[in-house]
Amino acid sequence: MPDLTADLAGIRSPNPFWLASGPPTNSEYQIARAFDAGWGGAVWKTVGEPIVNVSSRYSSLDIGTRRMMGFNNIELITDRTVEDNLREVASIKRRYPDHAVIVSLMVEPKRETWHEFVKMSEDTGADGLELNFGCPHGMSERGMGSSVGQVPEYTKMITSWVKEVARTPVIVKLTPNITDITFAARAAYEGGADAVSLINTINSITGIDLDTFVPRPAVAGKSSHGGYCGPAVKPIALHMVSAIAADEGAPIPISGIGGIERWDDAAEFILLGASNVQVCTAAMHYGFRIVEELRSGLSTWMEEKGFETLDDFRGRSVNAVTDWGNLDLSYKIVASIDWKKCINCKLCYIACEDGAHQSIELVRRRGEMIPSIKQDDCVGCNLCSLVCPVDDCIHMVERDPGRGDTWKSRVSAGKA
Amino acid sequence: MKRRNLAVRLTPKEWKARWKEIHPPLTAAEALVEANRCLYCYEAPCIGECPTHIDIPSFIRKIALGDLRGAARTILSENPLGGSCARVCPTETLCEGACVYNRWGREPIRIGLLQRRAIDHVFDERYEPIPAQEREDGAARVAVIGAGPAGLSCAAVLARLGHAVTVYDGRKSAGGLNRHAIALYKATPKYIDREVAAIRKLGVNIRREVKVGRKPSVADLLEKYDAVFLGPGLGEETRLNIPGENLKGVSAALDFLDELHNREVEKIRVGKRVAVIGCGNTAIDAARAAKRLGAEEVIVLYRRTRGEMPAYNHEYEGALAEGIEFRWLVAPVRLLGRAFVTGARCVSMKLGARDRSGRPRPVPVRGSEHTIACDQVIYSIGQRSDIRFLSTIEGLKTDRHGRVVVKGETMETSVPRLFAGGDCVNGGKEVVNAVQDGKVAARSIHTLIGGSKEASHA
Repeated sequence: MPDLTADLAGIRSPNPFWLASGPPTNSEYQIARAFDAGWGGAVWKTVGEPIVNVSSRYSSLDIGTRRMMGFNNIELITDRTVEDNLREVASIKRRYPDHAVIVSLMVEPKRETWHEFVKMSEDTGADGLELNFGCPHGMSERGMGSSVGQVPEYTKMITSWVKEVARTPVIVKLTPNITDITFAARAAYEGGADAVSLINTINSITGIDLDTFVPRPAVAGKSSHGGYCGPAVKPIALHMVSAIAADEGAPIPISGIGGIERWDDAAEFILLGASNVQVCTAAMHYGFRIVEELRSGLSTWMEEKGFETLDDFRGRSVNAVTDWGNLDLSYKIVASIDWKKCINCKLCYIACEDGAHQSIELVRRRGEMIPSIKQDDCVGCNLCSLVCPVDDCIHMVERDPGRGDTWKSRVSAGKA
Repeated sequence: MKRRNLAVRLTPKEWKARWKEIHPPLTAAEALVEANRCLYCYEAPCIGECPTHIDIPSFIRKIALGDLRGAARTILSENPLGGSCARVCPTETLCEGACVYNRWGREPIRIGLLQRRAIDHVFDERYEPIPAQEREDGAARVAVIGAGPAGLSCAAVLARLGHAVTVYDGRKSAGGLNRHAIALYKATPKYIDREVAAIRKLGVNIRREVKVGRKPSVADLLEKYDAVFLGPGLGEETRLNIPGENLKGVSAALDFLDELHNREVEKIRVGKRVAVIGCGNTAIDAARAAKRLGAEEVIVLYRRTRGEMPAYNHEYEGALAEGIEFRWLVAPVRLLGRAFVTGARCVSMKLGARDRSGRPRPVPVRGSEHTIACDQVIYSIGQRSDIRFLSTIEGLKTDRHGRVVVKGETMETSVPRLFAGGDCVNGGKEVVNAVQDGKVAARSIHTLIGGSKEASHA
């Protein structure tokens, strides 16, 4: 069996699956259940001066019969006292010494206050700290959360305050509500952070109740923009993780977060350079038990690929992401339909006809009209293969392996 | 104790337990899941297999998106009897049989039940998705003969287009075979009455217990109306023409089913051992009904084999699963009994050369006579054209089977301003085929007669 042990900036955990800071990590009771279920670590629900929450806090984007494809919350940090939280952190760490327990912090932007919270948190025996510079709702109106993460100078400053006293690794949690994530990552790195975690939630309005005309979640007839997460945000998170992993200006370990609910999601984050992953929405949807399938699936895949440790494949896809200008313009693929598998739904035909390059025609075969690729017209865009409901029915076949003819090479040769 | 004819009778409680719907409706949640399974094929084969060409992917997507009224509108715009078709259509061989999922080795989309979901929804909320247009001066006045599926479809489409429609029907209640013969586990008379009521609400005037023939004659109607649609269906069930067929306990399947639809439950009796003669869909309906009514044994006798039976395979399978026995290559030659039938004298058959229908002709096997004991005989060996009525219409062209000849694209008969559709034209097909005929006729009446009036009006 492959070894799933993970190491993020020196914080070791029996597997790379951590619970992200959020409602599932609100108490010792929950985290004990999670560790018993098999989670490798947990980032405590953000500790700070206790707040008062609103009633009605979540809303979701459902697609077809799939619930919570996207998930939105307007809940703030912990509403429990600092003392209660930290006492339970200490207790859980004593009970589960081999699991990673991280204290997430969000404090008013004062150096002394940060020092005080760092010391209190580390006194619990926790394995590290995560600075919540990410929440886009509520706390940001009070000068905390994403209002720090959106300004690299603040990020760097507060990180350096924390590092002045911290003895355990410091993870800075980044907000995606910015234009270029590498600026935020560099700021954290320059402030002395030991790792970054991302992404926090994305500003969102998930939808509007068409009877009341009030967006969800509604609080006494009004709503507020919330933090968006769940499977729908994974592609955004993967891009940001890969951007930091490839950035020489911030050579820093990464904890990947954003829409992870399957083992293959986790594998993708790790391939793009993450040292571990954090999960929240999926645990809120299905409960802590999902870690069983996460661990099993990742382990099976590693076994099949011959990977013994996470390091065997970590970052392996980072270099496969490049600028568009480095892509080979002479490389050519075309679609090919396997008529033995085709069920003749014609979704490929209408998609190409209306949405792409009119490269599929309907031809008569055995008494019916079926889709056929116009090979000379096909630009190899993939659309037909994406809409086809049948697995392995439409293949993209290589026509020209490419000759290294990139836009950048054309520019440098003065031919662009 | 003396053995009694038609000895079996169900209590109301037993009736309720035995006559459950064969395809119960989907719940809202089930419908949503099912609708979301639909691939939304382009040029979907299900549309092609639907005789009324309902835009099935569109109505299913509307259901998936929560727009049940829109779904019902899509259905009813092509099929005014979408509710009963959802219940009685042989979807297994039509839309659902064509679903691409079949090729994928997956269960096809349950199109019939989704259609029912949409139509039931608007019925329940008393919403009319396609209200009748206001009647203008140029509106045509149209008489429809027969309140069966063809006539009602024609009437509904015409009413929606703003024409004045009067439907004449000889029976006590409108609905035709839908009302009087459809298997009760598919559609109930109560439901058909509701559907008829919705069509009446469009402004259609239905005159029941008025049999067109002598008085009023079709000629009278053509004089009084701008156009007449002929949708009388077929005539009586073909008789067996064997000795003993007038014995008590012997009836035509349509009469047997009619009684089932129009009599109180407590009064309906059935034999203990019922022989059903013929193996079409009506015969199977009768056999399954007899079994549900409490008959201990039901035996279907057919003079050919399963390969040649006119019944749908899914109907046969359903009957088999309900314990109905099939005897192939058997034909009755005489029904036995004094007052009540006590058995059928039968002869075994073998298949001979192909006849004009293209099927092998059954040939009696010499010396094979045998008796099948039974205390009820129900026969269904085909319905003939109602020649007696059709011959009252001067100038009406019929083919050698007595079917009314029409121009397919307009449903015009050889008589000017007289249109026809349904079983009297096709010789006996599905409800949905009759609905299509009625719709096509209505649209051509609108174009040829109503439309020209409208044009002059404008």
